[in-house]
Amino acid sequence: MKIGMLYSRIRRDEKLLLSELRERGHDVTKIDVRKHQFGLHDTTAPVDDLDIVVDRCLATSRSLYATRFIESYGVPVVNSPETAEICADKAKNSLALAEAGVPTPETKVAFTKESAMEAIEAFGYPCVLKPVVGSWGRLMAKIDSRSAAEAILEHKATLGHYEHKVFYVQEFVEKPGRDIRVVATDGEPVAAMTRTSEHWLTNAAKGGVTENFEWDDEALELVQKASDAVGGGLLGVDLMETGESYTVHEVNHTVEFKALNEASDVDVPAAVVDWLEAKAAEKTAAEAVA
Amino acid sequence: MTEAECAECGTTLDLADDLETGEIIDCGTCGAELEVIDVNPPVLERAPELEEDWGE
Ligand SMILES: [Zn+2]
Repeated sequence: MKIGMLYSRIRRDEKLLLSELRERGHDVTKIDVRKHQFGLHDTTAPVDDLDIVVDRCLATSRSLYATRFIESYGVPVVNSPETAEICADKAKNSLALAEAGVPTPETKVAFTKESAMEAIEAFGYPCVLKPVVGSWGRLMAKIDSRSAAEAILEHKATLGHYEHKVFYVQEFVEKPGRDIRVVATDGEPVAAMTRTSEHWLTNAAKGGVTENFEWDDEALELVQKASDAVGGGLLGVDLMETGESYTVHEVNHTVEFKALNEASDVDVPAAVVDWLEAKAAEKTAAEAVA
Repeated sequence: MTEAECAECGTTLDLADDLETGEIIDCGTCGAELEVIDVNPPVLERAPELEEDWGE
């Protein structure tokens, strides 16, 4: 198949994907989104005869707009702009999960310092304040006291970009020192790992210890529901154990899988390419009917 | 193995054969983030700074 990859940086994840695609003999077109323009009817990017485009843009705005334009040219793109839009924003993400009946931490959004303070006090301490956009656990704060809350809200008000004027306050989930990262394709789990850390942020980027995760039916069902809730795609679903059950913190649409590839026995890039091949075939079949 | 010069400090870097345009490489000597502009022969430039929140 002819597959395009939108990117502006090639990381280890993208290299793994590229080499898997090429090993299988696919015709890969790398599209550096920094070098192209996207018009209302056409683009300078070479997308015309592609069977599918996979978005690997790291920058949220590039991902949102480039996928929207590519889709408008009638070229199938994963993840879809709809999925990207929900996943790129923590508030939309939380709302989508809650609407789909997926257990997710109690969350409030407020627009002023005063109102955010009321939300924080209502949650009690500790609670968590996050930017609505952002990655790798950056600028996330665990708030232990009223004085800490006042200081952080003041800093955000003084230093913040406009996106930091949206206060996303969340209950603090007591987890057993680890969280679970699942990579899934349209809700079908590819691989999962647990990340354990002394620190409350257990992102692999922050140096948590990773281990294989043992599946149970409930986790499988929640991953499927969480994926459906954001419109499906190649996704990273973050779960935490709450004793009896799980809570889903968020679903990521620009999923990194190199850590998972190393931590698990599964060949993650191969599974992703299997899925891309199936998606491209669906599109071809749909065209044959039409 | 192929080689290129660090755009920041001029050190000669040994590069993997499966180099990709757009790949980011760290210079072991000066720590600069370098972007692969061309692969044959390899050309490295200083990588652009992170401009917004990205990643997952
Ligand atoms: Zn250097």
